[in-house]
Order: sequence, then C-alpha cells, then structure tokens
Amino acid sequence: MRIKNEMRLDFPAAGKNESFARLVISAFILPLNPTLEELSDVKTAVSEAVTNAIVHGYEGGEGTVRLHATLFEDDLLRVDVIDAGRGIENIEMARTPFFTTCADDERSGMGFTVMESFMDAVQVTSKVGRGTTVRLEKRLRACEEQAARRA
Amino acid sequence: MESFPEHCGEGNDSMLSYEKHRDRLTVRLAGELDHERVGPIRAELDALIADPRVKHLVFDLTGVSFMDSSGIGLVIGRYKALARRGGRVSVAGATPRVDKIFSMAGLYSIIEKLA
Ligand SMILES: Nc1ncnc2c1ncn2[C@@H]1O[C@H](COP(=O)(O)OP(=O)(O)OP(=O)(O)O)[C@@H](O)[C@H]1O
Ligand SMILES: [Mg+2]
Repeated sequence: MRIKNEMRLDFPAAGKNESFARLVISAFILPLNPTLEELSDVKTAVSEAVTNAIVHGYEGGEGTVRLHATLFEDDLLRVDVIDAGRGIENIEMARTPFFTTCADDERSGMGFTVMESFMDAVQVTSKVGRGTTVRLEKRLRACEEQAARRA
Repeated sequence: MESFPEHCGEGNDSMLSYEKHRDRLTVRLAGELDHERVGPIRAELDALIADPRVKHLVFDLTGVSFMDSSGIGLVIGRYKALARRGGRVSVAGATPRVDKIFSMAGLYSIIEKLA
C-alpha cells in the first residue's frame, strides 16, 4: 500500500507531552477532514498509549517516547507509540479490562480497552527490559465519504 | 437564602472550582482531563473531601473537553473514599464522549448520573 504521509516524533517521557502528542496527531490527520468523532477516537487512543509509555514503560522516570504515524493511500491511519522501557510480561493479561499493575496509583486498568474500542485494531509487541510498541490502526471513513461525494 | 453556597473556591490553575452546600460538594472540572492534569486535581479534591461533613460529591463535567481513562481512576478513587464513610458520588454534565468512556468502565453501576 502506498503511503500518503508519514511522520516521526521523539519526545521525553513527561506528562506535559500527553497533550502535545494529542495535538500532533490531530494536526497530522486534520487535512483529511476527519469527523469530530474520528478525531476524538484517535486522540483518546494515542493519549492512552502515550500515558502508558510514560507511566508504566518508564515508570515516571526518564526516557524517550516515539510517535510514528503513517497514513496510507486508502486512508488507513497507523500510529505506533514506542517506548524503550520496562516492557510487558504478559500482554494478554495487560489487555484485560480492569487489569492494572498500579491500582494504588488509581489507574483503572481500562486504557487498552479504551484503545480497542476507539480504534479498528490494536497490536502490542513487547519485550521485558527492552520496551513496548503499541500499534493503533483506524480507517478514516470521513475521507471515503468525501471521495464518494466528489465522484 | 437556603441555596446560597457556604464556600466557593477556585483552583490555582482554575481547572477546578467548587461549591459546598451542607453535606454536598459540587466540583466543576474544566479542560482536558488526562493523567498529567488529574494529579493536581486529585490532590485538591482530596483536601476538600477530607472534610468529614462531605457526604455527597458531585462531579460537574460540563466543561471537560477531553478525557481518557485517567478520568475513570479519578472518579472511582473518590467513590471509594466517600463510600467508606457512607457517602456517594454523582456525575453531571457528561458529554457523550465522557459518557461512553464511563459506561465502558461500568461506572454507572456505582455512581449516579445526573441530567
Ligand atoms: N508501555 C508500557 N510499558 C509497560 N507496561 C505497560 C505499558 N502499557 C501498559 N502496560 C501494562 O499494562 C497494564 C494495563 O494498561 P492499561 O492502560 O489498560 O491500564 P492502566 O494504565 O493500568 O490504567 P488506566 O489506563 O485505566 O489508567 C498496565 O497497568 C501496565 O502494567
Ligand atoms: Mg493506561
């Protein structure tokens, strides 16, 4: 599949970059005229993944989070959120609703569930001690409708 | 006269404002409710509900423009604190987005949703 646009951004694992990452991904897809719903879905999912990288991957310490977004010809958006942090021991368990390793920190364990419900696909690859990549994918339908209208 | 609030306050960064009336504390949150911003809000809220007279905490979320799962944690945490002293928590003004996320987490089985 051909690529329409692509971007990579590295930023330090700091809480203030959660809103920055949301702004960046919004700006990346805005030229496609997404619906407000689509925009919110993508922002929320990216926010979850970036927060996880900061809070769990680097456990609040130093590190770099990479946001790698690709937009394919068929308006499939792919966002990889990558950290080189602690990694996830049991991915299946981590993705279970309400599972959290930070209950005392008042995490609800719903981050992955939120990502799954707002995106078409969520893929997690991780290696303990090496880091985690969360791949979020969504077809932006608004673009399709526009193309149909133009045709 | 009766409906006059006893106390009013404004958070430093005005993310939070509140109104106390008898045993009810109404907290208005505004802006983007993510992990970064929930931290200071939680601290401020906990100072407010440290007052044992508070039995009913109402979150007014009308002004919340963004929320992720950090918001779920904030509400559930306060619910636990209030439930321990026989109190309760309600949510008002949730946008359809916020509603969807709360419903996903089954929050409405433990807290009341006000119109
Ligand atoms: N990037 C990551 N690195 C290491 N562990 C992770 C990462 N992302 C998620 N996890 C693990 O997966 C668990 C579940 O993540 P999820 O986002 O679903 O819930 P949470 O972050 O604990 O709570 P919430 O997102 O509701 O605040 C986390 O508690 C953590 O143990
Ligand atoms: Mg999370």
